[in-house]
Amino acid sequence: MATVHLPRSLVTLFGDEPPRLLEIEAATLADLIEQLDARWPGMRDRLCEPGPQLREHINVFVDGERERDLDTPLSGSAVVHVIPAVAGG
Amino acid sequence: MSTKTQLLVGTRKGAFILESDERRRDWQVLGPFCETWPIHHFVQAADGTLYAGGGNAWYGPSVWRSDDNGGTWSQSSKGMTYGEDEPKVTAIWNLTPADGILYAGVEPAGLFRSEDGGKTWAHTDGLREHPSRPEWQPGAGGLCLHSICPHPTDEKRLWVGISAVGTFETTDGGQTWETRNSGVRADFIPGPPPEFGQCVHNLRLDASRDASLFQQNHCGVYRTDDGGRTWAEITGGLPSQFGFPLTIHPFDPATIYVIPHNGPEQGRQMIDGHAAVWRSRDRGDSWQRLDDGLPTRNAYLTVLREAMATDRHDPAGVYFGTSTGQVFGSADEGNSWRLIADFLPSIWSVEVAQREG
Repeated sequence: MATVHLPRSLVTLFGDEPPRLLEIEAATLADLIEQLDARWPGMRDRLCEPGPQLREHINVFVDGERERDLDTPLSGSAVVHVIPAVAGG
Repeated sequence: MSTKTQLLVGTRKGAFILESDERRRDWQVLGPFCETWPIHHFVQAADGTLYAGGGNAWYGPSVWRSDDNGGTWSQSSKGMTYGEDEPKVTAIWNLTPADGILYAGVEPAGLFRSEDGGKTWAHTDGLREHPSRPEWQPGAGGLCLHSICPHPTDEKRLWVGISAVGTFETTDGGQTWETRNSGVRADFIPGPPPEFGQCVHNLRLDASRDASLFQQNHCGVYRTDDGGRTWAEITGGLPSQFGFPLTIHPFDPATIYVIPHNGPEQGRQMIDGHAAVWRSRDRGDSWQRLDDGLPTRNAYLTVLREAMATDRHDPAGVYFGTSTGQVFGSADEGNSWRLIADFLPSIWSVEVAQREG
């Protein structure tokens, strides 16, 4: 099971608010996002552009490494952080 | 039963509701809503549902919906795409409910429609198939479709305004479109008047007539009575041709309001720091300055294209919001004004909702 950390700014967009920390069985990042979207419809559109590919300012780290490829495999003990880029004003 | 008057205010950092009663004297500020997302437009549909549209730099464009007057919200942009290899939709600029359909104008310019209250969206691809589309260029505000005017009785007829591109009309439900810019100046383009490229800032439909519209343009104020086939300039009598919003009186469509600004290269502000709304009682043939109660010194205010609206009381109320976070209101058709809210984020839109309660 991958351990997944979601940002506050993402979970508050959904009425049935997802937990910030959850565990999901997923083979790849694409699979993980698919499962998130199934549980919280619309979450894929917040994280991904059409393609799909990760939105430009959404960073995903797998075991501490920044990954952009949705085909990135996830090990059974993977730790995934979804982190919006730091910016604003 | 009393009638609540609500101003739906879209800002750079969230949506707000300003609430008052029929007297429209004391106002309560509610919000911010929509998780402080940038909200370009915030409207009420005929069934009372609230919709707010915008775009977030991280999470993309989305349309927010509340069925309980702002108590709870959901959001969706499902289907709001031009396709995998096409430009990405970045923000919603206009939401227009009409006959059970919700239209969304977006950046880069395009039109989407939803038939399920904003849950899913379908692209009206005929507009982006117009032969002029490869030559569309963004204006200072981006390449945005910011005005949507459905015909009051013919559901297949619709006009849209695109910044720095101009006005288009469809009569077949969006399959095909024609430019509607004849008679509108584009002083910033050398040579004879072009078929498109005119910088419409705000387009409004006079629903009391068959095909009458007004527009505040980069280069003047205009009126058409033939659906935009020919436009007549009605700038004469105004202190500037430049401004962003235009709105029409709710019961007397001969009465229209604009807010002249000093010019595109002069700061795009109220002229000489003197805040004023200008009203015409004769469809733009003559104009009157209205500034009673407005700051007339050192007020370098900007009012953006969707940030002026009227309510449906008698006498009608008129409201505008500024890019520096003030909302001014008049409960007597513009004759006198009061500051009704201050210190909001930069205001992009003001619309009116009325509720029984």
